[in-house]
Amino acid sequence: MQCQICNNNEATIHLTEIHGDVHTEMHLCESCAAEQGIAAKSQIPLNELLSNLLASAPEEANMYAPTDSRQKCPRCGFSLELLKNEPLLGCPYDYEMFEKLLLPLIENTQDGKTAHCGKVPTKIPRGEKDLIELMNLRNLLEDAIRTEDYETAAKLRDKIAEYETDRNK
Amino acid sequence: MKLTEISNELNDWLDGDGPHSDIVISSRIRLARNLAEYKFLSRCSNTEKSQILERLKEVITSIDIGENIFYISIDQANELDRNFLVERHLISRHHALGKGPRGAVISRKESFTAMINEEDHLRIQVIKGGLQLGSCWEQINRIDDMIEQQVDYAFSPKYGYLTACPTNLGTGVRVSVMLHLPALKITGQVEKLLGAARDMNLAVRGLFGEGTEATGDFYQVSNQVSLGVREDELVSKFEKLIIPSIVEYERAARGHLLASGVDLLEDKISRATAVLKNARLISSEEALILLSHLRLGINMHEKQGASTPAIEQLCGLKDSSADSSGRITVRTINKLFLLTLPAHLQLNYGKPLDPTHRDVLRANIIRKTLNQ
Repeated sequence: MQCQICNNNEATIHLTEIHGDVHTEMHLCESCAAEQGIAAKSQIPLNELLSNLLASAPEEANMYAPTDSRQKCPRCGFSLELLKNEPLLGCPYDYEMFEKLLLPLIENTQDGKTAHCGKVPTKIPRGEKDLIELMNLRNLLEDAIRTEDYETAAKLRDKIAEYETDRNK
Repeated sequence: MKLTEISNELNDWLDGDGPHSDIVISSRIRLARNLAEYKFLSRCSNTEKSQILERLKEVITSIDIGENIFYISIDQANELDRNFLVERHLISRHHALGKGPRGAVISRKESFTAMINEEDHLRIQVIKGGLQLGSCWEQINRIDDMIEQQVDYAFSPKYGYLTACPTNLGTGVRVSVMLHLPALKITGQVEKLLGAARDMNLAVRGLFGEGTEATGDFYQVSNQVSLGVREDELVSKFEKLIIPSIVEYERAARGHLLASGVDLLEDKISRATAVLKNARLISSEEALILLSHLRLGINMHEKQGASTPAIEQLCGLKDSSADSSGRITVRTINKLFLLTLPAHLQLNYGKPLDPTHRDVLRANIIRKTLNQ
């Protein structure tokens, strides 16, 4: 395919822009794209793109407090030393109590994943449900970008923006 | 209910029906859940375990899962009964060997089990024949919703359903598919395939799950990651991508055997037929391996129209058991697989037997079925 501007060089940069229902495509060579000031944009590595897209994640780090490894859980008496015998925690609260120390283990056993997405009990408060829905949407967006399904990605981007606006109201 | 009411029957999901059932034996989905107000089981006293057991037993027996159910106390059951339930995939080996008050609610058709006080307070599973993961998910999700109406599950917005072991954290979902891959084994390709599965973060285990070897060419493939992946996404990936690819590999290997490895195929099926028709003593492991080759021959005849002398001889055998169609089918073989397992043999015989007596009884049952 030839560049749409110079009609001479091979088009190596393919841009798809979606604004609402309007869908436009551009096919350019590198030098024409650079003149248009869009070449640099299209060269953003996927992981950088993702981290930018996901950077707006709400602050959840303060949800759980840091802790000491020798400390015992006041609810069940569990300490992390017990994990050496069998990989079982003592009570649900341990995930909160020992979060900082458990996180590497969770990351390691869960292929780097550290946040839930999926089913949510019907009884939990509305705000918490929204948080998980937002997480689900971000995962879908990540998948859509990975599979280069930009049309779906654009729709998801808009939906995430809507959700975030609603949450901030 | 007495276990002898089911010990001589084939369970529904082993009936030989369901999509891709020539290769996919069963689809299973289980969910791990815990009650918010209790500690995890490793820190619970027996009194607390009893309270959890009573509460969950009451809740689960009160909901309508669409078929009759029965309850069995696992800590009060004898070893033979517990092993029998493991052989039928109704409880895990971990549950059978556990300590303290624990039980299981089981549906009469054996498609649903709730294990209470296994590693988590509650583990519910739905199992179906062939590749039917979507349908398993639909059913287990509905049952989970009904249970959740009556209890508070331990849940965190960040980490999802909280489980005793962090390997089940998040969705608490374990998707497991039991596959019969004899042609890949015979053609020496199974290790390559299993290596690829492990690279995709899938666990590959034997017939009875964790800690068991793949005997008789049966492999159980399941997910290892339960956090950060939606349940429907995981189920769909297994049902539409992972399992169909493995099924295609196995089909291709069966085709390859017919096209250019027919002597190898003939040898496996002829030897298995000859030994099983004549043996006077046979171990559980040898029976599984040889019955696997008969299962391959019958499926290749039925699904791929294969017609070699050994396959013709095998498919010409009659099965005159009361509930059979008169000729040997995959159902006949599945039934032999199940009824010749150690605990099934002993429960149906009426008392515990030493290994030699079990080997004699097993050989008798198989010989009688194949020589009718």
